[in-house]
Amino acid sequence: MADASYLPHEFQYSSARHQAETAIAGMWLFLATEMLFFGALFLSWIYSRHWNQAGFDAGAQQTNLTIGTVNTAILLASSFVYSAGLAFIEIGNKRRLIQCCAVAWMLGFAFLILKFGVEWHGDFHKHLFPGSHFAITGPLSGGAQLFFIFYFVGTALHGLHMIGGLILVGWIILRARRDEFSPGYYTPVAAVGLYWSFVDVVWIVLYPLIYLVGRGP
Amino acid sequence: MSAVVVEAGAVEGSYLTDGVTLRSWLLTTDHKRIALLYLGSITLFFFVGGTAAALIRYNLITPQGMIASAETYNRLFTVHGVVMVWFFLIPAVPVTLGNFIVPLMLGARDLAFPKLNLASWYLFVVAGVVVLCSLFAGGADTGWTFYTPLSSSYARGHVVLTVVGIFIAGFSSIATGLNFIVTIHRLRAPGMTWYRMPVFLWSLYATSVILVLATPVLAMTLLLLGFERIFGIGVFDPALGGDPLLFQHLFWFYSHPAVYVMILPGFGVISEIIPAFSRKRIFGYKFIVWCSVAIAVISFLVWGHHMFVAGTALYSALVFSILSYMVAVPSAIKVFNWIGTMHKGFILFDAPMLYALGFIGLFTIGGLTGLFLAALGADVHLTQTYFVVAHFHYVMVGGMVSAFFAGLHYWWPKITGRIYPEMWGRAGALIIFIGFNLTFFPQFILGYLGMPRRYHSYPPEFEVLNVLSSAGATILAAGYLLPLAYLTWSLFRGERASANPWRATGLEWMTPSPPPTVNFVSTPVVTEGPYAYPAPEIVQHHG
Repeated sequence: MADASYLPHEFQYSSARHQAETAIAGMWLFLATEMLFFGALFLSWIYSRHWNQAGFDAGAQQTNLTIGTVNTAILLASSFVYSAGLAFIEIGNKRRLIQCCAVAWMLGFAFLILKFGVEWHGDFHKHLFPGSHFAITGPLSGGAQLFFIFYFVGTALHGLHMIGGLILVGWIILRARRDEFSPGYYTPVAAVGLYWSFVDVVWIVLYPLIYLVGRGP
Repeated sequence: MSAVVVEAGAVEGSYLTDGVTLRSWLLTTDHKRIALLYLGSITLFFFVGGTAAALIRYNLITPQGMIASAETYNRLFTVHGVVMVWFFLIPAVPVTLGNFIVPLMLGARDLAFPKLNLASWYLFVVAGVVVLCSLFAGGADTGWTFYTPLSSSYARGHVVLTVVGIFIAGFSSIATGLNFIVTIHRLRAPGMTWYRMPVFLWSLYATSVILVLATPVLAMTLLLLGFERIFGIGVFDPALGGDPLLFQHLFWFYSHPAVYVMILPGFGVISEIIPAFSRKRIFGYKFIVWCSVAIAVISFLVWGHHMFVAGTALYSALVFSILSYMVAVPSAIKVFNWIGTMHKGFILFDAPMLYALGFIGLFTIGGLTGLFLAALGADVHLTQTYFVVAHFHYVMVGGMVSAFFAGLHYWWPKITGRIYPEMWGRAGALIIFIGFNLTFFPQFILGYLGMPRRYHSYPPEFEVLNVLSSAGATILAAGYLLPLAYLTWSLFRGERASANPWRATGLEWMTPSPPPTVNFVSTPVVTEGPYAYPAPEIVQHHG
């Protein structure tokens, strides 16, 4: 980070740089807790699949691979564009930062529309929500329902994190428009970037668990 | 981001007089004020949980039970467990004494993220209100462990509401842990190297690691349980091929480390008090601090010992048994080190030291009886009996609550600027020690004789020991009300405290009592390790 000793800072820090680095450290630690949060879900998912493989596969084959794959591309593109915005503010290009954030925001929004407006809508239409009207019957029904419990819990939590991310990216846009960032101070841009990429990382685990593993070779 | 620059010498009064409106308290970001907000909240919950405990002991005076319905009894011990675990024991030392003392000990002006600190208190309050709502709506009858399928399919009452409260409280814990870790890494005063940090800081660091890494797992577990409860279908449901035991694995992956969240800060408090009142350097400093870290690491690997009789594989049970023995080693090293510190020291029997000595004795009993339970063969006999209840109450109440009171008395002059009446302090420590032993020692015998826990009635041959235990509980209750009375009295009438009434070491004693809002007018520079008490020969001659 560029020299920022002239910038204001809270009274417990020795300098603005000291404060900025601490904020980033805090964000990393927060992401570690998030890792354990989703980690518990992934572990339970894999453990349950281990005992109900055929049922999980039967469930997974009902998922929409096309939307899942398109969404993966959208999400990765969104993070890439956001990172470009971070690089732009490091050299002081505020206009490009705002443009990048706006594109990243719209890509994230497109993901949510596809995921919940289209894919979930189709899932409910096909009676894939677990319960008495579940589409798959017979001996594989139990395992397939377990799969869809994990599917709905996992995608809902990921979606909530996406919504949180969109709020944060919007907040960055507002602050950038108020001219609050400079090459000497862009800690919130970097911190939100870490979070936005973390949401990708969660999806990169969810994507194969949902769409790929059950389809097999 | 706001610029707050405090000029040296511009400070008058203390953090208590810096703003006296309600707003200045509820919107404060001062770690010292937030510590007091927390102190008020956890005291309330301590007495809510304590009232439930009193009713439990009242019920068990007669074999058929003094309270008519077993259902009511089940709800009482659930409330007692939930409130005491999540709303007193886990937060108690970190959010009150830790919040107040950590920045002072580090030579810092505040925690790294003061707004997050305030947010954690609000989360705690919301969580507490939700749990109290569920309590007044009738509570739940699952016990604090919420085992499936009881909690998911069969339990009556407000399981979801209780779980939501615990879920929110978890985020409050995470925020506190995160704040402490980052603060200890980033805000140490110049010259404050890791090995110059007081043991209390190391203990809270280890505690925080557990808080940030284990609590999210509980959050996910409770979320999956809530899903199952709401939709009537879930991942712990054996009818679908799900595994109810998975819930126990996930729950104890959090809850066993959480046991160390409850006791590690206590170790830290005791490690401050023993040297201060023995007027002697702490014995084996590096061993003590690394034992804290070792306990935090091993605590993540012992959860399986809660499931020895739940149908886990024998091989895994053996491994968990051995690992559970291992966690006793660093705990025992600490006990030896405290005794080594007192050896040939100039011991002063002030109230904090009496509580600390009580802690060492009771924790040792609690720890050693834990080894009985870690042994596979003995556990099959003792599990689900009052032996387990007595064991963890010796650690949690005899150990942790004593340590909390020890720390509260030790830092009370610093926090409030007032001295409490010393004789009442000593009397309180003694009454709690006697009342505690009378309450819980009979439960070891009851458990050994086979009395199961969590039943509202029992065979008549257990009556004498149960009456003894209930009698002890009344003494214990009196012992806990006593500090509430004389500490409150001292707030208004207590003698003014000097900056360092105990003549103890540590940066927190170098600033006035109570400290100014900025803690230190000029940032201190640390030039030596902690506990730099003079050699024992010198102390003997000069007092």
